[in-house]
Amino acid sequence: MWLKDSSIGRKFVMSISGLALVLFLIFHGCMNLAVVFSEDAYNMICHLLGANWYALIGTIGLAFLVLVHFCYAIYLTIQNRAARGNDRYAVTGKKEGVDWASENMLVLGFCVLGFLVLHLYNFWFKMQFAEITGIETGAFDPQNGAAYVKALFTEPVWGQIYCALYLIWLAALWLHLNHGVWSALHTLGWNNLVWMKRIKVIGCIIASLAIAPFAIVVLYYLGMGIAML
Amino acid sequence: MATKKEDIKEAAVKAAKKVAVKAAKAAVEAAEVVVEKAAKAMKEAATPVITPEMAKIPEGPLELKWTNYKNHQKLVNPANKRRLDVIVVGTGLAGASAAASLAEMGFNVLNFCIQDSPRRAHSIAAQGGINAAKNYQNDGDSVYRLYYDTIKGGDYRAREANVYRLAEVSNNIIDQCVAQGVPFAREYGGLLDNRSFGGAQVSRTFYAKGQTGQQLLLGAYSALSRQIGKGKVKMYTRYEMLDIVLIPDENGEKRARGIIARNLVTGRIERFFAHAVVVGSGGYGNTFFLSTNAMASNGSAAMQMYRHGALFANPCYAQIHPTCIPKHGDFQSKLTLMSESLRNDGRIWVPKKLEDAKRLQAGEIKGRDIPEEDRDYYLERRYPAFGNLVPRDVASRAAKERCDKGYGVNNTGLAVFLDFSEAIQRLGKDVVAQKYGNLFQMYEKIVDENPYENPMMIFPAIHYTMANFSDHGANRLGASALMQGLADGYFVLPYTIQNYLSDQIGVPRMSTDLPEFAEAEKAVQDKIDKLMAIQGKRSVDSIHKELGLIMWDFVGMGRTAEGLKEGIKKIDAIKKEFWTNVYIPGTADHLNNELEKALRLADFIEIGRLMAVDALHREESCGGHFREEYQTPEGEALRQDDKFSYVGCWKYMGEDQEPQLIKEPLDYEFTERKTRNYKS
Amino acid sequence: MDQYIDIKVRVWRQAGPKAQGHFETYELKHVFQGASFLEMIDILNEQLVAEHKDPVTYDHDCREGICGMCSMYVNGHPHGPDSAITTCQLHMRKFKDGETITVEPWRSRAFPVIKDLMVDRGAYDKIMQAGGFVSVNTGGVPDANAIPIPKPVADEAMDAASCIGCGACAAACKNGSAMLFVAAKVSQLALLPQGKIEAAARAKAMVAKMDELGFGNCTNTGACAAECPKSVSLANIARLNREFLCAKFQD
Repeated sequence: MWLKDSSIGRKFVMSISGLALVLFLIFHGCMNLAVVFSEDAYNMICHLLGANWYALIGTIGLAFLVLVHFCYAIYLTIQNRAARGNDRYAVTGKKEGVDWASENMLVLGFCVLGFLVLHLYNFWFKMQFAEITGIETGAFDPQNGAAYVKALFTEPVWGQIYCALYLIWLAALWLHLNHGVWSALHTLGWNNLVWMKRIKVIGCIIASLAIAPFAIVVLYYLGMGIAML
Repeated sequence: MATKKEDIKEAAVKAAKKVAVKAAKAAVEAAEVVVEKAAKAMKEAATPVITPEMAKIPEGPLELKWTNYKNHQKLVNPANKRRLDVIVVGTGLAGASAAASLAEMGFNVLNFCIQDSPRRAHSIAAQGGINAAKNYQNDGDSVYRLYYDTIKGGDYRAREANVYRLAEVSNNIIDQCVAQGVPFAREYGGLLDNRSFGGAQVSRTFYAKGQTGQQLLLGAYSALSRQIGKGKVKMYTRYEMLDIVLIPDENGEKRARGIIARNLVTGRIERFFAHAVVVGSGGYGNTFFLSTNAMASNGSAAMQMYRHGALFANPCYAQIHPTCIPKHGDFQSKLTLMSESLRNDGRIWVPKKLEDAKRLQAGEIKGRDIPEEDRDYYLERRYPAFGNLVPRDVASRAAKERCDKGYGVNNTGLAVFLDFSEAIQRLGKDVVAQKYGNLFQMYEKIVDENPYENPMMIFPAIHYTMANFSDHGANRLGASALMQGLADGYFVLPYTIQNYLSDQIGVPRMSTDLPEFAEAEKAVQDKIDKLMAIQGKRSVDSIHKELGLIMWDFVGMGRTAEGLKEGIKKIDAIKKEFWTNVYIPGTADHLNNELEKALRLADFIEIGRLMAVDALHREESCGGHFREEYQTPEGEALRQDDKFSYVGCWKYMGEDQEPQLIKEPLDYEFTERKTRNYKS
Repeated sequence: MDQYIDIKVRVWRQAGPKAQGHFETYELKHVFQGASFLEMIDILNEQLVAEHKDPVTYDHDCREGICGMCSMYVNGHPHGPDSAITTCQLHMRKFKDGETITVEPWRSRAFPVIKDLMVDRGAYDKIMQAGGFVSVNTGGVPDANAIPIPKPVADEAMDAASCIGCGACAAACKNGSAMLFVAAKVSQLALLPQGKIEAAARAKAMVAKMDELGFGNCTNTGACAAECPKSVSLANIARLNREFLCAKFQD
């Protein structure tokens, strides 16, 4: 199967799964943004995406994408390290025009993954998962997500720590996407001499668009939390 | 009659070599080293002269000779080709194109190269372009005109029939290369672009940026790679041919049946059999130590053939290229050539006043500080018609003349200016950068000076050796070396080798255990053991540098009888020094660069001597050979057509014996000889 | 202005493909900055030979930046700390008095060390043999001007074709990927009408061979193009991806 056996096939899988996750992020971010304007609207969206069949399928799909993206990343990295051979360079110089992020995608990926676990525990487990299973997480009323988000992020001290952690996470994610998006397009063959710079700018814009809504929400609550201190 | 013997005699006469790998033609043909036969024929002749019949020059009018040959030559049928093995030594333009073409035809090819990949042969370094008589520019070009320009450029010291054949097949080369995907420069209409090169009056030079040699070689390399992938060519990289193996056939004629080669990685000496051996091994400009050739370019394969009876023709013809970056120190390992195309827009000058030259040499002023009226554009002054575009030999000698008089412009006094200030004013910096930017950048990296602001400094350097019936005669015009390498590999050898092998189809593959192989291997092993046993005090390079200086001083641009005799003495002394005092570290049964260099130097010493001997005997000035005794009052080369209109072929008579001269008269049937005149 | 400098050279010494390698440091006095890097290594070797030691083995040939033979990883950069040049075009004026210069061979599983700084780049030849050509035999080809090719296309093909096969791309890549090398050839031939006919088969064959030989997976870091002595563009990799994916989807 060329998607597994050929290097470009493997990169193709990474690109497609990565781009799909970016689309999800944009979608997710836009939803989050609603909480800034109207908590009711946010709760309504949460309700729509609660224990419904389409939301469940979407969730399973997402989990699958993350798994594929993660497994391929590990597989590729193992191969790439082996490709260097037994002896490694004693001195490695800084190469002009080479992004730090592009050479550290796995590290950034792990950062993203680590926070993702925290995030899933904080929100998904206590929101969608609780709603599906009906188990009692003791945190809040599953029907009022907005209140929970607000409580979590504005709680004195711990709320601000959460905000800071989320901002670090978002920064890592932005770096990951800033290289990942144009790189995915490049891997799909959508690039040439003329578009090289433009594609990179497009990648940067998409990465920023994907991150901005999350960052705005976090900053919104951070500000609110500090004001409440 | 004009058939199969052509190869034989040509082979005998041409010990193949091409310089800087660029002109492998002679090389290729020489390869059919059925050398002994020709030598025997010559011995029987009352006077050592090679007649056109012996040379197997086909009958008929000039323009039909090659056609006649092709129409009447013998062929080998496809089933039989599969049974025949051919060794090709070298993977330059000639070697790679020959190996690929022979394999496509069905022969089994064993191809050898000294580098780690066939793509690295020094043909790759040719910058300027390749000539062909396509007349795409509608400027009156034709096969005859290309033929005539080449014959004239070579100072009437090449064979008419050979040169005409070269001009004839030149067009096929361009077609072939385009079909291979060689990205030649194109016009906006999508058709191929041409430029005028090396003073030609027509634009017949095809080019691929400043990397024409690279693109042509990669084209041949891709064709070769395809055949390696198919298993029709067995490629041996990092192998060096150390001897050729001759085995008598049923008529007692010695035929080249294989080679002895050293695996440069393991140090192992190995034997290889083939029905025929083709050598396209490149030029021996490195005899001078400093040259524009690659570090591994050498003359050893040619010398091995010479020692086995192949005649070494015209060794004294050595082309000096006028636009090289001057030497800057004793540690220097090679000279870098900049494309001759620079002379299309650059103007060459030295100061008019000696005191300005002195201040330049002392580093007190720069070229740009000298006002226009104090500059001597000596090429434009001496040769108003051609100006800066005179052929290479003329431009080189003129530079030497000025520097000898003390007008040199760098710290060694051995450089002249090549100035683009006028071109930058006329065309703008952008246009100049577009045309020559890569060369300017190369200059700046090496010399650390900006050629847009200060004139470049150039000086002549040994570039190309035209021995062995190259079609360039005594001198080679720009953009014709690539043409010859590919002509021979793609379109000449594939024909002539069939003719040569047509009676060999019944010859079975031979064992490399035959006594001839064993003897040849032992001779090689003995030579290596002898070298390793010297354990003297001097490094190979230190002796090589000394040889190079002697060659440059006594066998260089301006030769005299007295100087050449002195040079021969000094070369003999160097030989003695080398064989008693060289030090080679390590062992012979491992990778050993110093041993490789020593083996090559042993042959460079012999070649250097042969060049001097030939130069001493040729009492005239022509092309790449300038004897100071033979010049016009204005200092131009003076040919002696009545005495020296022949190819000087040298026959090996044994170690430390003087070689025997054998002449092949060049009776020009079709072309009138003229004095080259670039003044008007 | 070029000066004379004293330097230390820290060179990777390895007796053979299987041997354990190590660094060895040599002092060199009074090296002229106008000398090329390889001339500096020559001076070092002369010194070693004079001391009856084994000289440093390294690949080199044309010494004018076109044959692609020289291959040294100098101070953390393939072909050293200068742009758009090969090691043989690197000059000592790029180094300071008293500096210690670290010289390593290309490090890639597909380029095993033969000795010291010399590596075996036969893998690149094998990739070329898998499909880096147009399948035409000598003779029987159409006139060179039979098919016009737009100048911009021919120029782009030329830029891709300027690859010298030195291996710096795979050496520079943290993934040990040979994509730039493969992409340059696939691009050149896919751009030209003569090569287009076999473009799909060529892309598949060359990529398959590249993977088989143990090169890594490209992650578009761009280090290859940044260090390429001929400045071959990363855009060629996009074209290779496109050619390859189209070929696979057509199957």
